[in-house]
Order: sequence, then structure tokens, then C-alpha cells
Amino acid sequence: MARRGRLRAFGAHAALLTYTAIALFPVFVIVINAFKSRKAIFGAPLAPPTPETFDLAGFRAVLTQGDFVLYFQNSLIVTLVSLALVLLFGAMSAFALSEYRFRGNTLLGLYLALGIMIPIRLGTVAILELMVATHLVDTRTALILVYTAQGLPLSIFILAEFMRQISDDLKNAGRIDGLSEYAIFFRLVLPLTRPAMATVAVFTMIPIWNDLWFPLILAPSEATKTVTLGAQVFIGQFVTNWNAVLAALSLAILPVLILYLIFSRQLIRGITSGAVK
Amino acid sequence: MRRRFRPHILVFLAPAVLIYTLVMILPLIGTLNLSLFNRVEGAESFVGLGNFRTLFGDPRWSASFWNALGNNTWFFLIHMLVQNPIGIALAALLSTPGRRFASAYRTAIFVPTILSFVIVGFAWKLILSPIWGIAPTMLASVGLKSLFAPWLGQEASALTTLALISVWQFVGIPMMLIYAALLSIPEELIEAAELDGITGFAQFRKIKLPLILPAVGIVSILTFVGNFNAFDLIYVTQGALAGPNFATDILGTFLYRTFFGFQLQLGDPHMGATIASVMFLIILGGVCLYLFGVQTRLRRYQF
Repeated sequence: MARRGRLRAFGAHAALLTYTAIALFPVFVIVINAFKSRKAIFGAPLAPPTPETFDLAGFRAVLTQGDFVLYFQNSLIVTLVSLALVLLFGAMSAFALSEYRFRGNTLLGLYLALGIMIPIRLGTVAILELMVATHLVDTRTALILVYTAQGLPLSIFILAEFMRQISDDLKNAGRIDGLSEYAIFFRLVLPLTRPAMATVAVFTMIPIWNDLWFPLILAPSEATKTVTLGAQVFIGQFVTNWNAVLAALSLAILPVLILYLIFSRQLIRGITSGAVK
Repeated sequence: MRRRFRPHILVFLAPAVLIYTLVMILPLIGTLNLSLFNRVEGAESFVGLGNFRTLFGDPRWSASFWNALGNNTWFFLIHMLVQNPIGIALAALLSTPGRRFASAYRTAIFVPTILSFVIVGFAWKLILSPIWGIAPTMLASVGLKSLFAPWLGQEASALTTLALISVWQFVGIPMMLIYAALLSIPEELIEAAELDGITGFAQFRKIKLPLILPAVGIVSILTFVGNFNAFDLIYVTQGALAGPNFATDILGTFLYRTFFGFQLQLGDPHMGATIASVMFLIILGGVCLYLFGVQTRLRRYQF
């Protein structure tokens, strides 16, 4: 019996290790080859860089040819501002929906939840018309507005579920002490929702940072390109410069990977705690 | 009891409701509305369902449309048949009590999911490229070199290859959601099954699988919505023309080409809106089918 159990555990680890290798292999190949000379990239693509083959030519090309610092800045601004708005406005609405009983509460909740299932992309034709009419094409504001609208439904849904579990006694104690409803929200409730906020933050951030569709359509100008669009255009122009392509890919992978490794515990706890259902 | 008007409720709700309505709901309605209009002799005029008739009936449009819809369906089927079973299997392996390194495996397998389509698309394009030769070299090392072909460049295999790349990227999502569902099964239930001698795969199939069916339902509808709204991966690897010879064209790339134009053809917002409306109806249909047909029938167990 014990022997069979051990055999089974061995089989499970073999399967999991195999899949882990499949998941990580492409990332590994791209990153190691970004640090190699052109000859070594083709000569021994699977070997890690050695002192003889080590070469940063690709990174030099990326830094001199593409304006990646600017793209990075654009992505950062768009992602962080959208994220802040989604969290603030989402939490405010979630509080109103979970705290007060008013006519149309359930209906409003359903209306806001529509956006969880219906992708905002399907409204692109009219969104572009709206942005043209308001002269917002090729501005970061256009992207921020779209991503805020895109992120709100799920964040309201998750935060409202979470806020329903916060005890009424605390809020009522605040009311007896004469706190306004705003103070109750900002000083009592908001600090308590931090764990749920972190989950929402990760879920909101990843799709915004990685999106290609809206930057391509609403803000393709050089001054407003995000990293994702910038990398796409850059690689399209430099297809034959393998060093540059591999370096650009690595530069796009590494920041996300580092952030992920820092926040993965939070992300996984968020998903597995049933916040997304 | 009549309550007096409480302005703070309005203040709390206004920003989110305004942005959501102005930037999401109104444009969605606007797009649906735009699909009922077209330019006739230079002037915008109401054509009713005329655009839809063109899309389904005019051979120049309908061939592309049915091709994109067929490809999209195949893309979805591969996700259902490959991504979700692998995700369930990984979750089952990970959730066994006392499994060592479970969190390390989980973290690693989820890595592709956080990467952008641009990275994923180009990385696989390079790896599968006959010029670089990573894929043929690796196949040769196990004596299967003859199996190699430029999969992304051939009409017969390009779409399936892209679907499998997308499966590689997103397998982390079903894995995580099913894993969470498996963890919520009470231990007594598993212990009772073990006392009855039900272990291993039989235990999974007879005890756990029925209990996680609601989670499998959620995973399926998320896959459906995600796939019928896909665009980025195909655009990055094959361009807006979704080559070779439109073999990888799905509804998202078809919408993009129609709306923005490509090469010599001018963009057409009305037909773009028409395609977006059809996608909207497909997704809405799928979601309704799930909400009213599947979800209500799944038995939920209260522990």
C-alpha cells in the first residue's frame, strides 16, 4: 500500500514537472538568447550564455532605436491611473450597493455586473467615435477612461461581496460617534477591504498592461504608445535583427515576471479564496 | 417606511455609474444601433437589417464571415478539449493533500497567463520558426525530426497551432479555479470515500468531479467569452490578414479588418458595427445558455 502510494506520488511529480517545463521553456529560451551573440543564438540556441558568447548588442539596439523609456512611462501612467480609479470608484459603488437599501439596488447591481460577461471591445466602433468627438484620440486619457470602465464591473462585484461581510456593529458605532457616511466609508470600511483590494488590483492590472487592441485603435501615436504596442511595432520593424527582437521580448517579460513573483502569493490566495465566482 | 433622500448614496454611486455608462454601455448600444445604418448615396440612412443581410447573403462578405465563425468555433473547441481537461488534471494533481512543492508548481504554471499576447505570440513564432530551428532540433533529439513542419505557415495547421499556443498561455486559469473548488471539498467526505476503498482516479471521478461541476461550468463560459472575443494573438503572429490565406481569421481579426480597412480596402464602420453586433449576440447567447440552461441545472452542494 505504502509502496503504491509512493509510486503514485512519483508519477504525479513527473507529470507536474513535465508541465512546468512546458510552461517555462519558451520564456527561458527567449531570455537566455537575448544575452548572446548572433552567432551563438543560431549555433547553440539551448545553451545558456557563456563569457565567450555573452553579448548585449540586442539591448543596445532596443535602447537606441526604440523609445522604450517613453512607452514604459505611458504604460505605467495608464495602468496606475486606471487602477486607482477602478479601486476608488469601485469601492465607493460597492459600499453604496452593500450598505444601503434603496429602490433599484438589485437592478443597479445587475446593470453593473453586465460588464463582467460582455467584453467592452464590442463597443469599439462607437468608443472611437466618442473619442474622436471629444478630441481624445491619441491621448492617455482615452485609454484610462476605457480601462476604468472595463475594470469597474468585476471590482464592484468582488468588493461588494467582501463588504457584506464587514460587521454592522463597527459602522453603527461610528454613526453613534457622529461620523458622517463618508468618514465611515473612508476611515472604517476602506482600510478593512485591503485584502480584497489587492486581489482586485492584480486582476485589473494584468489585462490593462497587456492590452493591444485599445492602444492600437485609440492611441497609436508615437507619444502615447504603451509598451505592449511599442514592442509589437518594434519587433515588426526589426524582424531580421534577432538580437534586438529577443532583447525587446526579454525587456517586456522581466518587469512583469518580477512583479508577478512578488505578488503571486496574493494573486493565488485571491483566486483560491473564492473571490472570483 | 419612507426614507428621506440620502445624497451620499448618489455621491458614492455617481462616478462609477457615469464612467461605466458613458464609456461602456452607451458605446455598446451605439454600436448595435450603428449596425442598422449605412451610407446610401453619400448620406447616412437607416437600412434596418440590410447590413446583416449583406453579411450573411452577399458572397463577398458571407464567405469571410462563415470562415471566421468556423475558425472561431474550432479555436473554442480546442480550448474546451485541451485546455480545460489539462487544467482539471493539473488541479487534481496539485490538490492532493500533502503534495510537496504544490505552490511552486502553481506559481510556475501560471507564468504564461500573466504575459502579454505580444510576448507569447513572438516567442512561439521564434521557437517554431524553421530559421532558428529550436523546434526541429528538439524533435530530432527524440528521433522525430520528420514530424517537423512550418506549422504556423501552413493553411492546414496554422489555426490549430495558434489555438494550442493560446491553450499554453491560459491553462493557468482553469487550473486555479478548479484547484480552489477542489480545496473547498470537506475532508470528511474524502475520508469516508477512502474508508469505502475508493481512492485515486475512481475517487476523483465519482466523488470530486460531480462536486466541482459548477466550477467547470464557470471555466467553460469564461473560455467561451474569451475565445469569441479573441484578437491579439492572431494579430501579433499572423497580422491583420490572418494568414496564410485567412486560415486563422477569427471574428476579432475580421472585425478589425472590416472596421479599419487593410491594404487597399477602406474601413467601414457600419459593417464593423454589424460584425461587432453579431459577436455581441453570440456571446450573449452563450452567456444566457449558461445562466439559464446550465447553471440552474447543476446541483450545488452545501457543506
